[in-house]
Amino acid sequence: MVSINPESTETFGFQLGQKLNGGDIVALHGDLGSGKTVLARGIARGLGVTEPVASPTYTIVQEYTGRQWALYHIDMYRIDTVEAAEAFGLEYYLSDQSAIVVVEWAERIAPLLADENVIRVYLSHVEQDVRKIEMVTIPASGAE
Amino acid sequence: MLVLGIETSCDETAVALVEDGHSVRANVISSQIAKHAQYGGVVPELAAREHLKAIDPVVNLAFREAGAGIADLDAVGVTNCPGLIPALLVGVSYAKGIAAARGIPVVGVNHFLAHIFGAFIDRPARLLDAATFPVIALVVSGGHTALALLRGEGDCRIVGTTLDDAAGEAFDKAAKILHLSYPGGPVIDKLSQQGDPGAVAFPIGLAVRKDSKNGGANRLNFSFSGVKTSLLYYLKKHGYIEPPNATAAFSGGAPPDFDDALLDVVASYQEAVVDALVQKTLLAAADYDAATVVVCGGVACNSRLRHKMAAAVEHSGRDFIVARPEYCTDNGAMIGGLAYYYVCNSEVDDFSLDAGARLMCIDSIPVFAGTR
Repeated sequence: MVSINPESTETFGFQLGQKLNGGDIVALHGDLGSGKTVLARGIARGLGVTEPVASPTYTIVQEYTGRQWALYHIDMYRIDTVEAAEAFGLEYYLSDQSAIVVVEWAERIAPLLADENVIRVYLSHVEQDVRKIEMVTIPASGAE
Repeated sequence: MLVLGIETSCDETAVALVEDGHSVRANVISSQIAKHAQYGGVVPELAAREHLKAIDPVVNLAFREAGAGIADLDAVGVTNCPGLIPALLVGVSYAKGIAAARGIPVVGVNHFLAHIFGAFIDRPARLLDAATFPVIALVVSGGHTALALLRGEGDCRIVGTTLDDAAGEAFDKAAKILHLSYPGGPVIDKLSQQGDPGAVAFPIGLAVRKDSKNGGANRLNFSFSGVKTSLLYYLKKHGYIEPPNATAAFSGGAPPDFDDALLDVVASYQEAVVDALVQKTLLAAADYDAATVVVCGGVACNSRLRHKMAAAVEHSGRDFIVARPEYCTDNGAMIGGLAYYYVCNSEVDDFSLDAGARLMCIDSIPVFAGTR
C-alpha cells in the first residue's frame, strides 16, 4: 500500500495490531525516517497500549502492557550483528508467547528472524511524507 | 555516611563512592578502564555479560581510588529502573550481595531522578535551600528527553516528554546519515562551531508560537523525528547523499565532503534541536513559575545547548544549573548521592528489590533536609 502521511502509517499499524496474538513477531524493515516507529506505535495502539510509544533506539527494548498481550518494541539500530543480538539476549524476548514482538531494523539480524511465521513489513521512502508499505506473511494465528 | 553507587542501566558500568551525598571520593566508569586495558580492553557494550565482566574491576578500582574498603560502607545504592532488564539485574544483584554480606541497606534508585540529582552533587547548599524550588529539570540524553517538575516538599512529576526520538538520538541518527562517528552529539557539537546555525531553517518539533498561552496537549512535549527526516531530505535534495532506499542503508559509500555549506547544515540542524529544548524548557518554567531550571543528562554536555539555555533562563529571571560534564553522562556518583537521601529518610529497600524496564510514574523525591 501507499501511505500518504504518518497518520495513515499509524492506522495501518493499528489495524495490524488488532489482528496479532501472543508469540507473533513483526519484523520492520526500512531506512531512517521511513516510519518504523510510527508503524510500531500504531501496532501498540491496536494492542490497547495507551501510554506514549517512543523510539527504543537507545534503550533497545521498551516493554508495554496492552489489553491482552504485552508488547516488546525492539530496535536493532545499535545492535548490528547477530552475535551482539544473541549476547544481548534477544532470544528471551522472541520466545515469549505472552507477548507480541515488534523489531525495528530487522534486516540486521535476519538469521534470527528466519521463521516463516514472522510477519515482515517493508517501509520505503517515496517522497516527503509518502511511504510505500509492503507486508509479507499474513498473521496465521487468529487472523480472520 | 559512605554510600556505594552502582549504575548498569545501559552502556556504562559505573560505580562511585560518595560520602554524605555530595563528597565524591571515587567515580569510575568502565570505559575509562577499557582505555587503560585493565581487563583485556573489552569495550563496554550493552550486553549484561559485559557489565558482569566489568563490575568487579570497576568496584575494586573505586575502593582503591577512595582509599576505602568494603567494611567502610554504610549503604549501597543501585539503579533499578529504567533501563535494560538484563543489564540492570547485574547491578541490582551485585548491590544486594554486598548489602547482604555487610548487613547494610540497599536502595533502588530511579536513573532519571538520579540524573537530576547529578546537577546538585557539587551544590549541596542549593539542594537544601527551599528557595531553589520549584525546579523544572530538563533530562536530555540518548534515551530520555523529558521535563520534570520538582517541588521542595517532595512531589515530582513529568510535565513533558518526547513523543518519538530522544534528543540524543536525533544527534546520533543525524551523525549516521552524515557518516559521522557514534555517539553523534560530540561530533555534531564540534562541527557546528564552524557553521552558521541560521543558514537552514529546520523545523522545530511541536513548536509553540511565542507568548501563546496554549499549544494544546503537546505544549510541553517534544518531537525530534521530523527534524531528522528533514535533514535526510535536505541532504538528498542538495545532492550530498544517495537517495535512501530499503536495500542500501547508510553504511555504504563515502562520507559527504564537509564543505562550508554542509557545516552550515550541521550547525542549523543542531540549532533546531537546541531551540526545541530551550523553548519547551522555558515554557515549562513559566507555566510552573520555577525558581530554578536544571539541565542534565548526556546531551547537557552540548556546548550550544549550555550557552543558549543559560542565556534564555537568565533572561527569564530564574536561576540556572547545569550538571558538570562528568555528572551529565551516566555515572555512579548520582546514584550513590541520591541514595544517601533515601537512607536519611529511612526509605530503603529489602532483598525483594527488582529491576524495571520502564520509566515508572515518578511522583516523589526524597525531602531534602532543610527544604521540609
